[in-house]
Order: sequence, then structure tokens, then C-alpha cells
Amino acid sequence: MTEEVPAEVIASLEAKALEVRRHIIRMTYAAGSGHPGGSLSVTDLLAALYFRELRVDPERPTWPDRDRLVLSKGHAAPALYATLAERGFLPREELLTLRKLGSRLQGHVDREKLAVIEASTGCLGQGIGMAVGMALDARLSARPSRVYAILGDGECQAGPTWEALMAGGHYRLSNLVAILDRNGYETDGSTEAILGIEPIADKFRAFRYHTLEIDGHDFRQILGALADARAWTDGPTAIVARTVKGKGVSFMEGQHSWHGKAPSRAEAEKALSELGSSLGEAAR
Amino acid sequence: MSAPPKTESLRDAYGQTLLELGGRDPRLVVLDADLSGSTRTVLFGKKYPERFFNVGVMEPTMMTMAAGFSLEGRTVFASTFAVFAAGQAYNFVRQSICYNHANVKIVATHGGLLVGPDGGTHQIVEDIGLMRGLPGMTVIVPADAATTRAATLAVAERSGPAYIRLTRENLPPVTDGTFAVGKASELRSGSDLTIVAVGALVARALEVARELAEVGISTRVLDFASVKPFDEPALLRAARDTGAILVLEEHSVLTGVGALVAATTGENYPVPVRRVGVPDVFGESGEAWALLDRFGMSKERIRDEAWELLRIRGKVQ
Repeated sequence: MTEEVPAEVIASLEAKALEVRRHIIRMTYAAGSGHPGGSLSVTDLLAALYFRELRVDPERPTWPDRDRLVLSKGHAAPALYATLAERGFLPREELLTLRKLGSRLQGHVDREKLAVIEASTGCLGQGIGMAVGMALDARLSARPSRVYAILGDGECQAGPTWEALMAGGHYRLSNLVAILDRNGYETDGSTEAILGIEPIADKFRAFRYHTLEIDGHDFRQILGALADARAWTDGPTAIVARTVKGKGVSFMEGQHSWHGKAPSRAEAEKALSELGSSLGEAAR
Repeated sequence: MSAPPKTESLRDAYGQTLLELGGRDPRLVVLDADLSGSTRTVLFGKKYPERFFNVGVMEPTMMTMAAGFSLEGRTVFASTFAVFAAGQAYNFVRQSICYNHANVKIVATHGGLLVGPDGGTHQIVEDIGLMRGLPGMTVIVPADAATTRAATLAVAERSGPAYIRLTRENLPPVTDGTFAVGKASELRSGSDLTIVAVGALVARALEVARELAEVGISTRVLDFASVKPFDEPALLRAARDTGAILVLEEHSVLTGVGALVAATTGENYPVPVRRVGVPDVFGESGEAWALLDRFGMSKERIRDEAWELLRIRGKVQ
């Protein structure tokens, strides 16, 4: 499942992801609230998607034949905004407006405020259903667009997530890829302690998904899985990406307490120093 | 009281109108959640199978899928029973459809007590309140088949989310089918009293108004099929002209049209308002029309409330 990718491509993705992680810390620090843990876990997946996989164009953000990405775990908004900024869809300076009154960067992604967002999400268990609708539309319209939905593991406890996944399998949507950011933790603790979702890959298989399990921080594996999904024409693909909540910041890694709280100034400075950067303009 | 003679199916009117819309707009898609025979979307499904998605018993995801289609620029109709559309799927309608300003038209059948024998679990009397509270949502409660057809066409023309509440029972024609979103229809002119009604109770409003006319009482009857946007000028004209308003709805009086009328007149032109509808209770099994009587919407009760308002206004002793 690893792809022959030149080392410089990997290095460039790692550099982008590092930049995104720095933004996430500055943004949530400046906002005084937000979801750093699940943003840091999904960062590498978003970097691989936006810098290598998705057919999107900052010059034409609503180009009809573009690929769609629906962030079903809408609380990872900081990661998506930062990735979009690095990809040229919005100015980097705007990132520090996250969660502020009048900002386009709402606490959970909002397409009415920011047109490059494909679907407003936040309340869980909904994004995957919209992605299924979009994938059906692409098929019906004979458009080449592919639709990628990023799910959180907490929302795999929600019934409607499985309703929508069932529909994707039923309609054999080979243009649909469900990517699970399996960081293992939800707001109150570990998913397996609260309401176990394992064996999760078996569940996707049972719902008729071509299912791949990867390390969600290994770019070769991520790119390999995305290429595999693209080549798969017999129904939808699910990628179970094992990730680390809070990835890249030592004291956030694997700590569910960082699901939905912002770092203090000292914590943000420590995190940024680990990430080889500093607070810069970010202020609370 | 039994159902009035010469009635028409609102659901058939919806199903036929959908067929017409499907021919007119080749991108229009329709979703249903395993009730396509009852909602009549099956007609569309037979004619346009490639644009019809019967998703089974998953109303929340029917709403999110409908939103997904509409975010790609399609007009989407989604149908099921009102208890599932407005109740089961509420937060999915709220976020995926309304928050996204998705162009999804929810046409919910089997609203209110007139579901009948299925009982209280399926008789949603809260849906108008739930749906009209959603920012950007258009809410329409047709009183007959002609208005159902006109409303279905009207919401297809408008961009944005809409909720049309249909009743399971056939209803007599009471309008000439002229309907505009945001406009009340004056079905009968009058100066002593106004009856505002929606849905199945519009016919009862007209019956009571005719009876009152026989004893010299002049009753204005307003069909407020467009619950949202709401024709505030027509309501306030009625308040000024007649000085008393009786509201009839097959819905909870806590959150329905009566509450809206009372609040609107209270703020702008206070007059006595009486609300006839379902009190703060769930329904129960029974013959559909008998349930209306049982839960306080009998013609006798409506007549009594009308006389009470006339007495309050000093128009009768």
C-alpha cells in the first residue's frame, strides 16, 4: 500500500503539515477556544489530500469538476482552514480571526461564510450523508468529481453515520472515499472506554467498502491508500487512518483533554517551540 | 362529525405535481424514506427512476443526502411522514439543509391528528412550530388539493428550504388554487369576526362562518397556508377591521399558528385571540375525524369560541 513517491515530495508534504500544525496552535491560542487535538491528528491526511490528491484550483474554487472534500468532523476546522490557506484558498493573515465575531472562519466550517467549504458541518453524523448526495450527483451528472469525507471516530458512534455509509455502499459509489481519522479519543475519553467502535475496519467492510488500514501520519501510506481508492471501481473505499490525537505536540499527544480546549500562552509557546516556531502575531 | 363529502387527496395532488416538475426540470431529484406509496413520490419514481432515491428507513440521512444533491445545484424534494421529517430528522434539517441554505423541499405527509388509527406516536402536532422556528425555512400548510399543487410549484420556483405539511385525509376543495408564498387568502369577507385557519380546519372555518351568517354575523375567513413567511399585513387588517380573531389549526396551540397570531397581534394591534387546536397532549388512536372532535376542534367548540369572542367584543349579548 506504499507508493513510490520521491523523497522530496514527502519532504514537501511534511513541511506543509508542519506549517499547518503551527497555524493550528496559533489559531486556537488566539481564539481562546477550539479543537486542537483532532485538528493535529487530521493534519497529515489533509496535507496529502490538498497538496497531492484533490483536483482543486484556488483560481477557480467552485469549478464544477473539482473534487469535493467534506469535513464531517467539522470541529477540525482549524486544520482545514490552515490547509486551505497554505494551498492558496484564503489569506494566511485571516487564520487568526478564527472564532471571532465577523470572521469567515467559524468555529465549525460554514460554507455560507466561506465558499470554498463544500458543506457546513459541526453537529456530527451529517457530513458523510452530504458527501453521499454529492457523489450520487456527480455520477448522475456524469462529472468526474470524486468526493472525500473525513469522519471522526466519535461520530462513528452516531447511527446516521452508518445510515449514510450504508447508502454509499448500496449505491456502489466508487467516487466516494470515507476517511476515518482514528485518533482513538472523543471529548470525554477513549472511544473504546466510552462506546467501543472496534472492529471498525470490519464494520466498513460489512457495509461494502473497499477498506484500507494505514498509519495516518505516514505520507507514503496515505498517498498509497488514496491511489488505491482512485483505482478501485467496484464501490466506495474506506480508509481507516490510525492517528495520534494532538500529533506533533508532546503534551497533547494521546490526551483527550486537548479535544476541545485552547492552549494557554505558555502552552502555546511550548507547543510552537516543539514545532520550531513561535507565537508571532498571535495574541489573545 | 364525519369527513365532508366531495373530497380530494392532497397527496395525489403532490404526486401529480412532482411528475410535472420532473418533466420541466431534468435535474430535479426526489428522495423518500420507504413511504413512497403513501407520500405518492412513487409516481415520480416510476417515471424517472434514475432521479428517484428511496433510501429506506433513514430519515436523517435522507435529509443530509438531499442537502448534498442541492449543494451541487439541484432542486430536491424529500418526502416522508411529518413525524419523521420534522421530528426524527430535526437537527439534520436544521444543519445540513437550513444552515447550508440548501434548496431542499420537504413535503411531509400525515401531519397532525388526522393520521388517525396509527395513534399518538405518529400524530405529530409539533411540526409547524419546529419548522417555522428554523431560520430561512418556508412553511406551508395547504388546505386542499389545489393549494397543494400551487404550493408545490411555488416552492420549486423559490430558492432555499421549504416544508410543506400535508394531511393524510382527503379534504374538500375550499380555495380556487390561487396561492402565493407569504400571502393569506381571504376565502370569505366579513367584519364582525375573523377566523384564521390552516390545513384541514379551513373547511370547518368556512362551515362555521356560513352558519354565523345565517344569524347575521359577518365572519372573515383567512386561509394562512403560508405560515412562514406570514402575511402580517393581512392579519393586522383583520384585527383592525373585525376586532377579534379565532385561530384554528390541527397542531399544538403552544407553538403553532395560534401562538404566532397572538404574538403578532399582541405586539402590533392587540385584540382578543382564541386558539383552537391540540392542547399540550399527545394524540391517540381513533377514527381520524373523530379525533379532531375528541381533542377540542369540533365544530361545536369552534362555534362556542366564536360566540365567546363576539360577546367579549360586545357584538352579541
